[in-house]
Amino acid sequence: MDQTITMRAGERYRRRMMRNSLFVGGAILLLVLAIGVDVGVGPGWYTPAEVLTALLFPQDVAPKLAIIVWDVRLPVAVMAVLIGAMLGIAGAQMQTILHNPLADPFTLGISSAASFGAALAIALGIGLWPAGGNVFIALNAFLFALGTSLVLFMFTRMRGVTVETFVLVGIALFFTFNALLAFIQYQSSEAQLQQIIFWMMGSLARASWTKIAVCLVLLALVVPLCWARNAMMTALAMGDDRAASLGVPVARLRLEMLACISLLAATATAFVGTIGFVGLVGPHIARMLVGEDQRHFIPVSAAAGAVILSVSSTASKAITPGVIYPIGIITALVGVPFFLSLVISIRRETWR
Amino acid sequence: MTLEISGLRFAYGTNVVFDALHAAPFQKGELTALIGPNGVGKSSLFRLMAGLHKPAEGKILLHGTDTSLLPDRRRSESIFLLTQHTAMKAALAVFDVVLLAKRGWQGGRATSSDIAHVEETLDLLGIEFLSDRLVTELSGGQQQLVALCQALVRNPQVLLLDEPTSALDLRRQLEVLRLIRNVTRERQIITFAALHDLALASRFADRFVLLHEGRVAVDGNPEEVLRNPLTGNVYGVRLEIDRNANGSLIVNADLTS
Repeated sequence: MDQTITMRAGERYRRRMMRNSLFVGGAILLLVLAIGVDVGVGPGWYTPAEVLTALLFPQDVAPKLAIIVWDVRLPVAVMAVLIGAMLGIAGAQMQTILHNPLADPFTLGISSAASFGAALAIALGIGLWPAGGNVFIALNAFLFALGTSLVLFMFTRMRGVTVETFVLVGIALFFTFNALLAFIQYQSSEAQLQQIIFWMMGSLARASWTKIAVCLVLLALVVPLCWARNAMMTALAMGDDRAASLGVPVARLRLEMLACISLLAATATAFVGTIGFVGLVGPHIARMLVGEDQRHFIPVSAAAGAVILSVSSTASKAITPGVIYPIGIITALVGVPFFLSLVISIRRETWR
Repeated sequence: MTLEISGLRFAYGTNVVFDALHAAPFQKGELTALIGPNGVGKSSLFRLMAGLHKPAEGKILLHGTDTSLLPDRRRSESIFLLTQHTAMKAALAVFDVVLLAKRGWQGGRATSSDIAHVEETLDLLGIEFLSDRLVTELSGGQQQLVALCQALVRNPQVLLLDEPTSALDLRRQLEVLRLIRNVTRERQIITFAALHDLALASRFADRFVLLHEGRVAVDGNPEEVLRNPLTGNVYGVRLEIDRNANGSLIVNADLTS
């Protein structure tokens, strides 16, 4: 009797791990499907067969189609997935290191700093890096976002700073940059204002293979680090003291992860503007499906973020034929119903 | 194997908690109850012993090795602290958090023997049936039992339990303290438990250490410490100690004014 009962706890654990791995696999499949649909949809209305041929044998189709698929649609589709994954990971790790389910790079001012940096570049031509045009705007956004992280970073090194004060400082930064941004908007000309607002709405139209390469390099740096730290981060989710009693170097871990989050969020915002919601909700979806064991939490958060952004990208092209809406507008509209349906359908009982 | 505390000084800013704290060596297989009024530094002493705080002066020696010189991971393998607040907000299952404590944070796959050890420990505390529940869904007492599982599954040389029974019902308090005492003897652990219920503590502890004003005020076997007039004074109560028919101590406390 005792034997069968003890057998079951471990067996149930193994089953749960198996089920969670299936969720990771399923999420990746869904992602591939979403990319396919994203590439298939768009102005021009080619058939799926034509698009597939263009993807596999670009030299066999009309040059126009090859260009549309390879230089327009595919970069956008891949960029959507990469940015979604980056925001999903950044949000998941931010929520874990701050023990706060409402934290994401946006709530802590990193993205508003990026917006401010971009607006400054657009309106005044003031940059922290001398370069031209869009590169200039993106770099300025990136540097401001990173600078803000650095402020947060140094703040955590001060003595007696708790996670709660850290969040409060982040919120203070958020409001500061929003105010500064409003100030610039008030001062700028109509054309500049339009450009600033358009930038802030977030757009994948700025996707390019170069940017994709940058994102891939960044992910290649961050993902292995997160993977190496997965057990420590899972321990951290139990609370600082619990993790410390298990020998986790909590302060150092928090700084390392903050550095990763900053790089991910700053790069994502610099490349595509402010796309909210993904970093907040991706991790929540993952938490509901697989819990906070990082081995499954991080992949599913990344995949959830990527799927939301990929579906949003498709929707932004499909709503009005011939019009591509800024993705920042679409993301929340697509994500909210999906998220709410999960909240309603997934009950705690599924865990038992 | 012993644990020694000598000349320990520690302060939060200007608030001095310990000033030259000394204690006679603590022996393995011995359960020590750390007692004293609220805010006397019981939790701080535990955090110092676990390496969560660093002392300004003085040493905590395990086997003669200064524990503050041990790397975090090594120290956490020999000394485990069960903190006072056992509530966890993470979306993790009971089995997972106990397994995490078992394996530390090295990662990799859990072996069959790890899994078996977790199962055994859950059984020991009678919470195997909770193994798939999220820790956030548990009651305060159940969370405390999960935390105790984490402590036992670590198999440390020194076990620090900060109010391990504060959320448990009467029967569970007795069961858990009996279990802690038995495990301490069987595995030859140096165990400390901060406890407020002195009568309960006296039934299971081998030694009482009373903290007061940053030092050890009274130290000895439970009856000695309880009968020492200083003990009542430290708590600001009048203590009457008696024995009932089966030999357990009866502790009667009354306000002095």
